[in-house]
Amino acid sequence: MRSVLADRKTILILLGPALLVYTLIMLVPVLVSFGLTFFDGTALFGFDFVGFANYLQLFTDDQVWAALLFTLKYALLTTVLQVVLGYGLALIYLFLLKRSSVFIRTLVFFPVILPTVAVGILYSKLFQSAPVDGLANELLVNVGLGGVDWLGAGDTAFVVIVVMDVWRSIGFYGVLVFSGLLDIPEDIIESARIDGARGFSLFRHIVLPQTLPILFASFIFSINGTVKVFDSVFALTSGGPGSSTTPLTLYMYRTAFQFGDYGYGSTIALLLTIICLIITLFIFRSSRSDNTR
Amino acid sequence: MTETVAISTVRAVPRRRRPLARAVRRIPALIAIAALVLVMGYPLVWMFINSLKTNADFLNNPSYALPESWAWENYAKAWETGNLAVTITNSLLAVVPSVIIIALLGTAAGFALEVMVWKGRSPVLLVFLAGIMIPGQMILLPLFTAFFNLKISGSLLPLIIIYVAIGMPLTVFMMATYFRAIPREVFEASTIDGASMLRSFFSVGLPMMRNAIFTVAIVQFFLLWNDLLFALVFAGQRKLNTIQIGLLNFSGEYGAIDYGPLFAAICITTAGILVLYLFLNQRIMSGLAAGAVKG
Repeated sequence: MRSVLADRKTILILLGPALLVYTLIMLVPVLVSFGLTFFDGTALFGFDFVGFANYLQLFTDDQVWAALLFTLKYALLTTVLQVVLGYGLALIYLFLLKRSSVFIRTLVFFPVILPTVAVGILYSKLFQSAPVDGLANELLVNVGLGGVDWLGAGDTAFVVIVVMDVWRSIGFYGVLVFSGLLDIPEDIIESARIDGARGFSLFRHIVLPQTLPILFASFIFSINGTVKVFDSVFALTSGGPGSSTTPLTLYMYRTAFQFGDYGYGSTIALLLTIICLIITLFIFRSSRSDNTR
Repeated sequence: MTETVAISTVRAVPRRRRPLARAVRRIPALIAIAALVLVMGYPLVWMFINSLKTNADFLNNPSYALPESWAWENYAKAWETGNLAVTITNSLLAVVPSVIIIALLGTAAGFALEVMVWKGRSPVLLVFLAGIMIPGQMILLPLFTAFFNLKISGSLLPLIIIYVAIGMPLTVFMMATYFRAIPREVFEASTIDGASMLRSFFSVGLPMMRNAIFTVAIVQFFLLWNDLLFALVFAGQRKLNTIQIGLLNFSGEYGAIDYGPLFAAICITTAGILVLYLFLNQRIMSGLAAGAVKG
């Protein structure tokens, strides 16, 4: 029995292809990319060894710091909004809509699966100010406020990007937390009610502690995505105006494919990877300590 | 019943619950729900309304007004100028084979890592798991160089190969989790009956995993369908454009001048997804949520 379950040939046949593809296309390129950080050049014209020059450039490049700041600012704000609003949505599903929430859940989830570019274009039109006002400005003008050139300045463009990404993914977090809420045994909530817990205190003392694991999972999933934000920014502002809404991912893309600097591009990608690694380890550690409590 | 018990036993609850007060209390909730439906649904309706307007109509009238005349020809224009037949075909040609290969390889690997017994399986699972964290930018340049040197950059092959690889971590992990739920005795029984492990994978494991494989396939389908980064790099030529790239180019070259067809193009790409969604929405929602919790 043991020997059949441990048959090496079978393991190789079943695991081999997946592991091979994964190693060749993901693990090896990560190492090669790391190697590229010591070179200058492109695929077309060959590479020159430059030592640590790319790293020196990284530390003195204002654009990197601006992109890093944008990435962190965006990731933090969007993650908090996605998870908190998603949680609120799940509470609405469970306590206000009860059994009839299927229709609204389905509607709110739909944008999650739309092509990001489609949503990006839609939002660029909703928030446009020239040649004619989009819906957002029309609303502002109709209530007596002036229109805003949303995508014409970095700060307002940032707001639009965050609004769009929250709109796009809130249904996802709603469903995610909702599935966690459904797992709370009915009698726990019922007995808390009998004990007099109502509204906020019911939420604070019963519902919230029960949903901490799912909240944590949502948070991990969200931050893992928002740190790597690329599609929505690319489709909505393509980093502009100027480079005011350029995250690290997009700056790396520009460096490599518009300025043809693979070495420096890889260095920026490495910085991004290290940030992802730090976040992952941080989350991993805090989840461990939670479990031992 | 519980209501009266609560009021009589707990003094701390000051609010009395009368039917009228209850109805009034529900008003904010109803407003909140109405606002939610409006905020989530109206942008899509708005897009559809504007896909049916002529350019003059769009420029001269409020964008929320209904079209003066229903310009269905926008859809024909979008289909032609937006190169939509080609981009939809390309997206399908790149994503469908990838998803099939991912499901097959990922299920096999999940089986080997969870059902079979050998040293080193948990480190291997961790190595796969690490892949979820790696950003696409970190593998992009070596792959571009390699595929360029292999002279296959002029086809959809690079995309398929990459999609299979980037889909692997989440799939392997999800499948391993699903296999964990199957009692080990099932496979032990089939080996006692004389089946090899390979045989019991194909004749017991795969059929039992039908639902899970389907869920994983849906998750990967949408993740890959919406890929932009790799498509930008490997599907830049017009004949290779995927939907995302096609929309991007269309909005750049054409959409700034003629709005109706741009909205129509987005509506067409959205409609395809909508049809799929109408049939599979519960499956898609629970599948994607499961992917997040397990990942």
